[in-house]
Amino acid sequence: MAADTTPAIERSFNPLRIIADDVASIGGVTMAGIEALGEFVLFTLSTFSWLFTRLPRRDTLIPNFYQIGVLSLPVVALTGTFIGMVLAVQSYAQFRGFGLETRLGAVINMTLVRELGPVLAATMLAGRVGGAMAAELGTMRVTEQIDALSSMGANPIHYLAVPRFLGCLMLIPTLTIMAIFMGVVGAFGYSAAILHIDSHHYWENSRKVVGNFDLFCGVFKSLFFGASIALISCYRGFHCEAGAEGVGRAATTAFVHSFVTIIVLDLFLGIGLDNVYYYFWPETQPLF
Amino acid sequence: MPWDGRPWAFTTMAAVPQNPDAQNRPLVEARRVAVTFGRQNVLRDITLTIPRGQTLAVIGESGCGKTVLMKTMIGLVQPTRGELLFDGQHLAALTDKELTRQRVRFGFLFQNAALFDSMTVGQNIAFPLREHTRKSVPEVQEIVVARLADVGLPENVLAKKPAELSGGMRKRVGLARALALEPELMLYDEPTTGLDPIMSDVINELIIRTRKHYPVTSVVVTHDMRTARKVADRVVMVYPISRLKPSEPQVIFDGPPDEIDHCGDPRVLQFVFGEAGERLMEMRRLSHVRENGGSLV
Ligand SMILES: Nc1ncnc2c1ncn2[C@@H]1O[C@H](COP(=O)(O)OP(=O)(O)O)[C@@H](O)[C@H]1O
Ligand SMILES: [Mg+2]
Repeated sequence: MAADTTPAIERSFNPLRIIADDVASIGGVTMAGIEALGEFVLFTLSTFSWLFTRLPRRDTLIPNFYQIGVLSLPVVALTGTFIGMVLAVQSYAQFRGFGLETRLGAVINMTLVRELGPVLAATMLAGRVGGAMAAELGTMRVTEQIDALSSMGANPIHYLAVPRFLGCLMLIPTLTIMAIFMGVVGAFGYSAAILHIDSHHYWENSRKVVGNFDLFCGVFKSLFFGASIALISCYRGFHCEAGAEGVGRAATTAFVHSFVTIIVLDLFLGIGLDNVYYYFWPETQPLF
Repeated sequence: MPWDGRPWAFTTMAAVPQNPDAQNRPLVEARRVAVTFGRQNVLRDITLTIPRGQTLAVIGESGCGKTVLMKTMIGLVQPTRGELLFDGQHLAALTDKELTRQRVRFGFLFQNAALFDSMTVGQNIAFPLREHTRKSVPEVQEIVVARLADVGLPENVLAKKPAELSGGMRKRVGLARALALEPELMLYDEPTTGLDPIMSDVINELIIRTRKHYPVTSVVVTHDMRTARKVADRVVMVYPISRLKPSEPQVIFDGPPDEIDHCGDPRVLQFVFGEAGERLMEMRRLSHVRENGGSLV
């Protein structure tokens, strides 16, 4: 505007300058990324430090727990059931070729307990709760409610992030178990009622393969998923940009970042837990 | 104060030492404060002293950094350079805990009231009391009702959610919440913007009445000259940095409200009388460039 005195025409087209500008901005973009990562780490540390200094009041915890745990149960149960049935449909076609229908239980239940149950519950939580948390906190940021909290001497991380973090961390194991349970039920129901697989052998094979350690793996991983969903979503909400667009972007990036984190963590935790397993129980059971 | 014969009068006096230094010390002092967001300079070299009991109006066009200035005064925004003193203490040197304790002494009325929309009106006003005092529920309730009456709202709004209120009512609930702890420093961010003329005057009266009720220092950010004239003892005008030369100061007027009409600075008069002036020429120039096929980027 007034400060910009270069004639418009002179700046309109200059390929060299456009390329140079792009190259020049690489440094800035990298710095911004590193800065954001650093801020996220600080945010995480601050959340943890509040966790150990002073717990939130009950009346801030209960509504969050209700929102995160109780209201997520139906959708987790529903998707769990259908994933179980889908697994039965898909694996049956492949296993029948070898005459191994009764091994279906082992494969499906193992997949559900170790991988699909935790990941599915976490994904539903990220979509249903993570996006909503980012949007809610983002709206609070944009309408200065977060500033109002600070101005009245309440720490926003303690007041807003810690209850959500605790809710996700403490309730995701139950959601995971629900997803696993409903998946197992769905898969068995479909196999027994529609595919007419012998239920005795179905369960016998499952029992041989799926152990307590597998259930532990599933629940253990879910704790990390829950923590990252809460931290990422709250961070995105706190750093929301102005306007309705900013709030929308906070919600979608919260989900996308949570989801990517869940999948990446799943891989590394899976590798880590497998190593732990081989360390303690070197003689493993073959699947077949 | 002469002894009136009551045995406890001496102890009360001893408990509140009359320190003349503390009384004469300005409540807020900004020393060469600068605030930058990324590459955008918002405030530059602001030096401002607010004595106790004063009502200061900060005027200036939208986006010139009035809200940011007010937020730096209470430590919500950290200055990039310079320092801020509240009652003689450097805000930057305070720990989080000390800052939290100091925050009982400020009240902030946000531009759109910033009421917590997950809570009822009653819970909003009770929030600072519950955070900072150990009062029982009936005591808190009593204060909440009293504050609500102070701002002229009936008791039946207590159970409503902020979304159900009109703009003027929200502002008044925000005011009641900010006054709940009887702060020493009240900050009003555009208290009358977006309200009808009658409600604006009600808010102006409330600001004046608050000051009469108890000794409060106030900062009123506004671009409404009526408010500035009516409530303030002193007016400060802030100008956007992007329109200033590097050597010019950002505070372009500082004085009592009745002097502002006779001020020699055309930029101040332009604001006071609300004239587009050279901005109109800028607009014409930009649309002229666009119509003639020039690119703006
Ligand atoms: N937290 C923030 N991050 C980045 N920019 C900000 C922030 N707060 C304010 N700004 C910018 O600072 C400038 C001044 O804002 P503000 O103080 O709200 O103006 P006003 O005088 O209208 O109250 C605006 O251009 C705004 O975009
Ligand atoms: Mg403002």
